[in-house]
Amino acid sequence: MPRYLLSVFGPAEHTEFSGYPSREAMLQSFADTGAFNDDLQRNGHFVFADGLEPAVTATTVDGQGDQPAFTDGPYLETKEQIGGFWVIEAADLDEALALAAAGSKACRGTVEVRPFHTEESIKALLEP
Amino acid sequence: MTDPSAQEAIACAYRQEWAQMVAGLARRFGDLDLAEDAAGEAFATAVQRWPREGIPPNPGGWLTTTATRKAIDRIRRESQRSAKHQAAMMLYDDAPAEPTGPVEDDRLRLIFTCCHPALAMQARVALTLRLLGGLTVPQIARAFLVQETTMAQRITRAKAKIKAAHIPYRVPSAEDIRKRLDTVLAVIYLVFNEGYLASEGEDMLRVDLTEEAIRLGRLLRTLLPSEGEVAGLLALMLLTDARRQARVSSSGELVTLDEQDRSLWDRDLIAEGHALVRERLRTVAAGGEPPGRYQLLAAINAVHTYASTGGDTDWSQILALYDQLVLLDPSPIVRLNRAIALAELDGPEGGLAEVERFAQALDGYHAFHAARADLLRRLGRSSESQAAYDRAIALAGNPAERAYLTRRRDQL
Repeated sequence: MPRYLLSVFGPAEHTEFSGYPSREAMLQSFADTGAFNDDLQRNGHFVFADGLEPAVTATTVDGQGDQPAFTDGPYLETKEQIGGFWVIEAADLDEALALAAAGSKACRGTVEVRPFHTEESIKALLEP
Repeated sequence: MTDPSAQEAIACAYRQEWAQMVAGLARRFGDLDLAEDAAGEAFATAVQRWPREGIPPNPGGWLTTTATRKAIDRIRRESQRSAKHQAAMMLYDDAPAEPTGPVEDDRLRLIFTCCHPALAMQARVALTLRLLGGLTVPQIARAFLVQETTMAQRITRAKAKIKAAHIPYRVPSAEDIRKRLDTVLAVIYLVFNEGYLASEGEDMLRVDLTEEAIRLGRLLRTLLPSEGEVAGLLALMLLTDARRQARVSSSGELVTLDEQDRSLWDRDLIAEGHALVRERLRTVAAGGEPPGRYQLLAAINAVHTYASTGGDTDWSQILALYDQLVLLDPSPIVRLNRAIALAELDGPEGGLAEVERFAQALDGYHAFHAARADLLRRLGRSSESQAAYDRAIALAGNPAERAYLTRRRDQL
């Protein structure tokens, strides 16, 4: 079954309640997201999901030179950053988009849906 | 090689069979690229063989069989597909597709795939014209005034996204079909308007696109005969296109509805459009769903085309239809058109007051300034009218429209 990465985007700077207006709103969103994850698991869509620490905690690494170079902060300096993600399996894009809409509602964030490579697309890539 | 009957038979088969061939191949092989290429190769083979060997008794069947063989040959040559995958794709499969939606026509699946909301609007338009309309990439590029390479890339990227993101090849479920149908209708109407209004460039009318949009509208009507908005869009396009000959003067100037020579209108298209509008009125009167946006626009156009002179136009009916349309779509452009109808009923003063309300929202829209200029002219406020015409001329992209507005301004 095709796999999709569902990335949640939100403000790079986290406020007191992780970007939520209040503690109650944050807890409600966590509960809704938990219920959504349970649904994913029950219906065989769930591969992996987790939330991320704020983007300021990221370290960017370039290991292509003689010595690896470490830079404090995310690779792209943008106002909006990825805050968490799901890896799901879905029959097709329509199903993935419907799941992303439900996930977006639960976590109160905008979700980007991106397909993973498939065996066939990798083979096509390796063709001369 | 130049046997005219064979040439004609190929051209005719191309118009009739292309969409069905691509759609059938896409279902069978699950690959739009392969479907498009195999259908193209089948026609190339026909061009070589029909003049020499004669036109086959069943041209459509011949083309489909040939295209299927071409597709299978290609799959055999492609080593990136596993042997198992190749075998699965080549299995002889003449069975109809498994039922997944309300209607089981391959072309309908193809329409919904090409107009998928996950694709950008430009990509939907290009794919629809290429895969369903059978227009070539250079033709589509010319119609939209972009480089051929740009258009080819747009189509290639869209097909690549359909494949990589697994956009399904099927008719949406009954609960989703209305929403998805809206995007299909929007694509067809955009193609029509691009041909009819030609907002850029020197051709006032780009006939290919209006004809293509009407052809797609007729196809959709055949596939979804009970959808009111499908009938509405087709009627709207027919009633608009019927006035094509009268819409531009011999000197290349736009002719407004009230000044058009109505004997130039295409009576057959009008009759067909009126029949569709009447059918919808009967259905709505019998307790069917209330009319949507395209049905209302078609009805407004039917009132115009029903009048034998501009003076006979039933403006109170047009205003009543705009009142309904404003409820569905309260955008400033719809309300501007309602205000223009109001001016015909209540006189320019009331109309102008209503039009002025959109001064801010529509400041960059030439039709707003043109409507305002006309009302000011009728009220004898010449200098204000002139300034409004100046704004309209500066904003109008279409040369025929500019010529009309310039003449109007200079007559003040």
